[in-house]
Amino acid sequence: MAVIAFYLIAAVVLVSALSVIMARNPVHSVLWLILAFFSSAGLLVLIGAEFLAMLLVVVYVGAVAVLFLFVVMMLDVDFVELKRGTLRYWPFAVLVGIIFAAEIVLASVIGTADMETNFDASPGAETNAEAIGQVMYTQYLLLFQMAGIILLVAMIGAIVLTLRHRPETKRQNIAKQTSRRRSDAYELKDPTPGQGI
Amino acid sequence: MDLGLSHFLAVSAALFTIGVVGIFVNRKNIIVILMAIELILLSVNLNLIAFAVFSGTIAGQVFAMLVLTVAAAEAAVGLAILVVYFRNRGDISVENVDLMKG
Repeated sequence: MAVIAFYLIAAVVLVSALSVIMARNPVHSVLWLILAFFSSAGLLVLIGAEFLAMLLVVVYVGAVAVLFLFVVMMLDVDFVELKRGTLRYWPFAVLVGIIFAAEIVLASVIGTADMETNFDASPGAETNAEAIGQVMYTQYLLLFQMAGIILLVAMIGAIVLTLRHRPETKRQNIAKQTSRRRSDAYELKDPTPGQGI
Repeated sequence: MDLGLSHFLAVSAALFTIGVVGIFVNRKNIIVILMAIELILLSVNLNLIAFAVFSGTIAGQVFAMLVLTVAAAEAAVGLAILVVYFRNRGDISVENVDLMKG
């Protein structure tokens, strides 16, 4: 039963991954990418790695794919023009792909030992999330902190790269607003009739 | 036939290959190149998690989480660079990225 489900979901993963690189419209590529991530999460659920599966959905589908979607839709690019002339790279791409696939298959055929004897998605704990939580903040605390620093640096980098001050735009200056006195704002005049100010 | 490690290795090898081929066939469109890199990182993650589960250890799953973090950071910075490049040049063709004549 699990094997049948595996084959079905794996077929979805591979077909959607192929569609990501073949789609003419990058928006379609992003949507196929979401399907690929989602069904990969399904594959992980099949072997009991539930926490990572949910993380995959949250991080990839919820953050990365939406980021891609935003950028694809914000940029005004002629994608048909970009696609032109890429057909001649196909033979080279297929050649490189065959070489990669052959190397991986060769390595796994030669190097596969008896890895499937102690199947356990949550060693030493009741649930998968509990097993990860037991080591995440103790044994791998430094790595965890480093991951946080990486995210912080990436966030600052993205902000610094895309921030720009346009002099013609009007923005709110709160210090200027709050330091404004009544005497700066208006003055009383007493014009005599028929003369004006 | 039971679900085994080799099933996962086969899928992630195919996914990795699709990602590499995707970089070659879309070599003008940097958005799709970034997506192909995400596919490659996904296949690496699948590999790490499958090895972790089938060997009964937890370390691989923690590493997969860190790879996930790096993938998210990479996507954010890559897309930020892309947006800045588009703002300066008005298109995103990879072939025109030769300002620095490297």
